Amino acid sequence: MATYQLHINGKNHEIDAVPETPLLWILRDNLDLTGTKFGCGMAQCGACTVHVDGNAIRSCSTPVSSIGEKKVTTIEGISEGGLHPIQQAWMDENVPQCGYCQTGQIMSAIALIEKNSNPSDEDIESAMAGNICRCGTYERIRKAIKTAAKGNA
Amino acid sequence: MKTETFDHKIYKVSRRDFIKSTSVGMTGLLLGIQLSCTDNAKKLTGNPAAVFSPNFFISINGNGDVTLIAHRSEMGTGIRTSLPLVMADEMEADWSRVKVEQAQGDEKYGDQNTDGSYSVRMFYTPMRKAGATVRLMLEQAAAKEWGVAVSECKAQHHEVVHTSGKFFGFGYLAEKAGALPIPEESAITLKDPKDFKYITKQSSIVDLKEIVTGKAKFGYDHKLPNTKYAVIKRNPEAGAGLKSFNMDAAMKVPGVIKVFSLDAPGFPTNFNKPLGGVVVVAENTWAAMSGRDALEIIWNKGINADYDSMKYSNAMLKQAKTKGKARRTNGDAYKALSKAKKIIEADYIVPHLVHAPMETPCALAHFHDGMCEVWAPVQDPQGVRKSLAEALGLDLKSVTVNITLLGGAFGRKSKPDFVVEAALISKNIGAPVKILWTREDDIQHGFYHSPSAQHVKVGLDDNNNVTAWLHRSVFPSIGGTADPKSVEPSGGELSLGMIDLPYAIDNISCETQEARTQIRIGWMRSVSNIHHAFAIGCTVDEIAQARGVDPVQNILDLLGEDRMIDPKLLGAENSNYGEKIEDFPWNTARFREVIETVKEKSNWGKTLPKGSGQGIAVHRSFLTYVACVVEVTVDENNKINILKVDYAVDCGVPVNPERIKAQFEGGASFAAGIALKSEITVSQSAVQQSNFHNYLVARMPDAPYETAVHIIESTERPTGVGEPPVPPFIPALCNAIYAATGKRIRQLPIRLT
Repeated sequence: MATYQLHINGKNHEIDAVPETPLLWILRDNLDLTGTKFGCGMAQCGACTVHVDGNAIRSCSTPVSSIGEKKVTTIEGISEGGLHPIQQAWMDENVPQCGYCQTGQIMSAIALIEKNSNPSDEDIESAMAGNICRCGTYERIRKAIKTAAKGNA
Repeated sequence: MKTETFDHKIYKVSRRDFIKSTSVGMTGLLLGIQLSCTDNAKKLTGNPAAVFSPNFFISINGNGDVTLIAHRSEMGTGIRTSLPLVMADEMEADWSRVKVEQAQGDEKYGDQNTDGSYSVRMFYTPMRKAGATVRLMLEQAAAKEWGVAVSECKAQHHEVVHTSGKFFGFGYLAEKAGALPIPEESAITLKDPKDFKYITKQSSIVDLKEIVTGKAKFGYDHKLPNTKYAVIKRNPEAGAGLKSFNMDAAMKVPGVIKVFSLDAPGFPTNFNKPLGGVVVVAENTWAAMSGRDALEIIWNKGINADYDSMKYSNAMLKQAKTKGKARRTNGDAYKALSKAKKIIEADYIVPHLVHAPMETPCALAHFHDGMCEVWAPVQDPQGVRKSLAEALGLDLKSVTVNITLLGGAFGRKSKPDFVVEAALISKNIGAPVKILWTREDDIQHGFYHSPSAQHVKVGLDDNNNVTAWLHRSVFPSIGGTADPKSVEPSGGELSLGMIDLPYAIDNISCETQEARTQIRIGWMRSVSNIHHAFAIGCTVDEIAQARGVDPVQNILDLLGEDRMIDPKLLGAENSNYGEKIEDFPWNTARFREVIETVKEKSNWGKTLPKGSGQGIAVHRSFLTYVACVVEVTVDENNKINILKVDYAVDCGVPVNPERIKAQFEGGASFAAGIALKSEITVSQSAVQQSNFHNYLVARMPDAPYETAVHIIESTERPTGVGEPPVPPFIPALCNAIYAATGKRIRQLPIRLT
């Protein structure tokens, strides 16, 4: 066990954990930030996507010991000051079906448009191919990203 | 699955019981009415403590707040929105003032088994009646207050308005309506569909904002004080159990609290029994997983230790080529084949598949003081309750089942095994516990879609008319998961796309062979329609080619003149999805309409560049009529791109068109995964895939780029849309690939090289 000072959603948290513990389980089990989901445990599905210093990462495969000083943002952090344009676009396009993967999808999409304000279909596919949706909401995800990008322009 | 096949395993209350329970509620459940002075100046609200609740589904308080109960499980179809919307419309409630609450698992709500695409089909009319009853009682209450005739009072938009223009709010009337007797059903009038405000109109799901902000609660998101975390290591061979294990290393993992074994059920396992294994309980999820990794286990070998899916498939194929047991017979297909001028003959193979919902099975259970309460993502809450009572030796009243949102399900979460696991663990450790199935658990210990081999042989005469249809379908039955004597497909399973064949062919023989179930087989989104529609839809396209007729015209020719198909032709085993044929006839005119619609909307027959093609397939499943055109390109590396999908759908009254479209878009993607990528193989009884790196499903680049859903306007009884998108998509895609490349597809997943 070791003690970690984590910066999550603008707040500092002191966490005692085994170094290998994936960030996902710290968020969920220790901090009750349950918007971040478990899907595969091996960075294959994207349900656990969060931002570390603005980059989309898979928290299920990111050991807590690797975070250090970096700033972690989860879906809860994104939602604090009202809806992000991506979340608004998700609502406008009625994207979710079961909804389980959508927080991970949204985190990937936000990371995409914050780096590329006008993504092409190819940009969207390559940024989003790591996020699985078994309900198959892909068409609406693509539309919503474009809707949000237009709103940004 | 709502077919007679599984009735004995799935606990359900009949429609009649639902009506009964509703009327019991109507006469017996007037909650919280208190007598007090009413302020007459308040015309919109009334006594805030009064709650008008004439049935289990609707209540209005003195503030005018309406609470509607969603008693079906939400797994992404939008049912938690659609049925409350039906009630709100009929009672003239303002949707913005409606709160939807999820029912617990309880027989008083009638059927809660959210499966078989029948929620809307079964509950559309009862929910309308429940809403219309409330509307009438509010109108009666207003009429009494004003001393006028009820006919002069009309509920609209959360108020009852008199012909003179005066009005009362629902809140004001709630207590007064609660004092009135429940009207006879004959006194209730349902709305004229032209007055619908929500039904057949667009509407967003009630959980939308909670979902996009991460606040929505799924199965693993609930927690109680002092909750522990558990995972289980299970024998790769379903039901075979444990020989011995060593927990020393596991107990040394920081955070691990306890390791113990659960008994295995043997095989067949049944649907509600846990698989047994070694349980690791810990202070957090990661510790539980790490502890499990450190276990040393020797498993028993059971009766299916040698199960090998490849050998099994080959054996089924061999059987499919020989005459089997007739399950539907019209005329003499063998004689007609012997006289045929042209013969089309092909075999179709589909592998095991697994549901792999994004949320793996999981549950929170708390056993204490002889009671058990669970929070879990389950499709069949009453079945869960009964299974828990049985496993824990409790009566039903001591078991409480709370239903969370389901992070996808596709049939997996109709089996209560994982919730029973959680409850047994909680009982053992004396604390609340959350169980998580890892993705490996989900892929390797599932209830798999039945693998199949089919043989189809079609005869054409001199005039290019189809005179003979021989179809053999060999696959292990779902029933074999519970009953060792169930060694052939049931009539219910064959009614999923095989013996309900609509085509006007004089000589038909539908046959099966025995195949023993050797792994847990379950129902997965559209069930045996998946393999039947694949074989039939592809064969029909080959018929078009043999006849030299356009594929769309060919289907219409095969369908013959508009008619209600004589059920006698389909045979005694045809289940019609558990519905009476008089209520839901097989109407070929409705089929023709979806075919003609999809032809027009897809711009069928348009000129396409080389390497591109359109394909069509049609399939009625779960009483919904669907025609599907897929447009693909296949590049020089045999990469398949699905550019466009057009669906035409007749599901009767389209209750929530926006969600119908969503189901079809998503269904196309789900089916694309089956067609292009997904395959479970089993060797020495162990599933060889383990996670999304080797159990492949559709990702964004695999899914259709655009799906257009054309909904037929209809006043027919509404039918389901959760499963019907899947079956026709796969043959439509295969036929499109044929049009693009000249290659016929006869095995899934599709491999062009």
